[in-house]
Amino acid sequence: MNPELLSALAIFTLAILVGFEVISKVPATLHTPLMSGANSIHGIVLVGAMLIAAEADHPLSYALAFVAVVFGAANVVGGYVVTDRMLQMFRKKPVAPKAATSSEGE
Amino acid sequence: MSPEWLYTVVFFAWLAGAAMFVIGLHQMNSPATARGGNRVSALGMTIAVGTTLLYLVGRPEGLPTAAWIIILVGFLIGGGFGLYAARNVAMTAMPQLVSVFNAVGGGAAALVAIDDYLRISNQGQATVDETIFVVLGAVIGSVTFTGSVIAAGKLQGLISGKPIMIPAGRLVTVALAAVAVASTGALVWDAWQAGGASTWTLVIFGGIVAAGLLFGITMVLPIGGADMPVVISLLNSFTGTAAAMAGFVIGNPVLIIAGALVGAAGGILTKLMADAMNRSIMNIIAGGFGGGEGTVGALTETGGSVRAVTPDDVAIQLAYASSVIIVPGYGLAVAQAQHAVRELAELLEARGVDVKYAIHPVAGRMPGHMNVLLAEANVPYPQLKEMEEINPEFERADVALVIGANDVTNPAARRPGSPVSGMPILDVDHARSIVVIKRSMGRGYAGIDNELYTNPKTGMLFADAKAGLAELISAVKAV
Repeated sequence: MNPELLSALAIFTLAILVGFEVISKVPATLHTPLMSGANSIHGIVLVGAMLIAAEADHPLSYALAFVAVVFGAANVVGGYVVTDRMLQMFRKKPVAPKAATSSEGE
Repeated sequence: MSPEWLYTVVFFAWLAGAAMFVIGLHQMNSPATARGGNRVSALGMTIAVGTTLLYLVGRPEGLPTAAWIIILVGFLIGGGFGLYAARNVAMTAMPQLVSVFNAVGGGAAALVAIDDYLRISNQGQATVDETIFVVLGAVIGSVTFTGSVIAAGKLQGLISGKPIMIPAGRLVTVALAAVAVASTGALVWDAWQAGGASTWTLVIFGGIVAAGLLFGITMVLPIGGADMPVVISLLNSFTGTAAAMAGFVIGNPVLIIAGALVGAAGGILTKLMADAMNRSIMNIIAGGFGGGEGTVGALTETGGSVRAVTPDDVAIQLAYASSVIIVPGYGLAVAQAQHAVRELAELLEARGVDVKYAIHPVAGRMPGHMNVLLAEANVPYPQLKEMEEINPEFERADVALVIGANDVTNPAARRPGSPVSGMPILDVDHARSIVVIKRSMGRGYAGIDNELYTNPKTGMLFADAKAGLAELISAVKAV
């Protein structure tokens, strides 16, 4: 195997261990936002979609790259926005005790 | 800037993005810093995506017009959909939405791998290790795509939440896996011999992707609706892994780091969720457990009688209690009764009653689902107590008010020999008196009767969670 692949495998292994460490300390209360937050991070595949779009040179690869960019962008944007919406509801005290001022948008 | 310099700068920006993902996840440890953590992570993502665009524009060969259009239009369409859906979805429908975002992420990873394989096989340049990563990325991404779509469909009610058993389903699943493994072997052999340039490689590759897509369907269909949280978490982990494989394929470190991070995160989360239900992940994947929602249970035939109570009785009990513990469950989420329960709690607090919420880790449809729903209704999070913390307090509680929770309160779990045996439960039966708001005597997800309901201390208030709470609220006001 070439040296680049070997160092990529080393990065991969260490990143997995970091993931275990970081995650195992999160309290159950935050598991849903955490799942959603991790879900948005794998939207990083958008970067991969952009890179293949730049190399596309025939109709099939244009189509594949286009769908990949659409999917990746939906994952990234939607993921972060919905996670933020969940987390914004975690406050120490109700902002106002009136029922009418429940969170926005519903 | 010379190309090497440009790549170096971009590489550092990617590393910074990856580091921010780790820091962001770390800050999600505590409710106080969680929102900031998500923003750090989003900033890291913006940096990674933004510098990628700069790199593509700034490199000597530039960014072709067609690619510009693909990236811009694709981003606007995908991002626009994501933004709209994320802003407008009801909080109760959120698990489905996360599953949909997971599906498209997995789909994107699969497409990146497929595109790469088309290129290398076209040029006869497929190497053994690249072929392995490409196939892994394409297969895992495909499984995630269809699996997450089915999971979202089950949660949304588009597909029956009940386990759907495919005739000889296990056999089909095993056969699909065998096809994928054998085909991968053939592709690797071909890459070794001929650089992937044989006529049949594309057909075989297409077969592997198709097997992956089918596998996702046959894997999730037999799993009951209430196990979907665990499945979504598992698929989330898969998508991370698929993204990491795509990173190997195109030689990109930020994809590898972020993908591996999410793969590990999803794995841990899946295990925690399965543990809380006292089930193994394998057992859940094997499927067929539980009836999903809407299981029609017979009235209890087994000993003990059920005592039905009226809202007025319950209101008096609650209003003159000194301590009340509310136990919310799936029924509360279905009825969207989170605002009603908060209103009742505030009424009681105004009368000097100490009110707490007991949150079982798997109450609802996702871990922490109850926390999110109640937070939406402006319930202060210090009032939400986790299982270990609240269980000793039930003994001192005057009333335990169970709203739409079933199996997580069943004392049968303490004895061996029941389907829920060994599952950690809330010690609701230790409270001085118990009130259960529930639509009927229907069984919970595990499909067994709840002994709590025939406990002499228990009064059953048969109503939909929202309607029942509304009646309680007006009754408490009248006390």
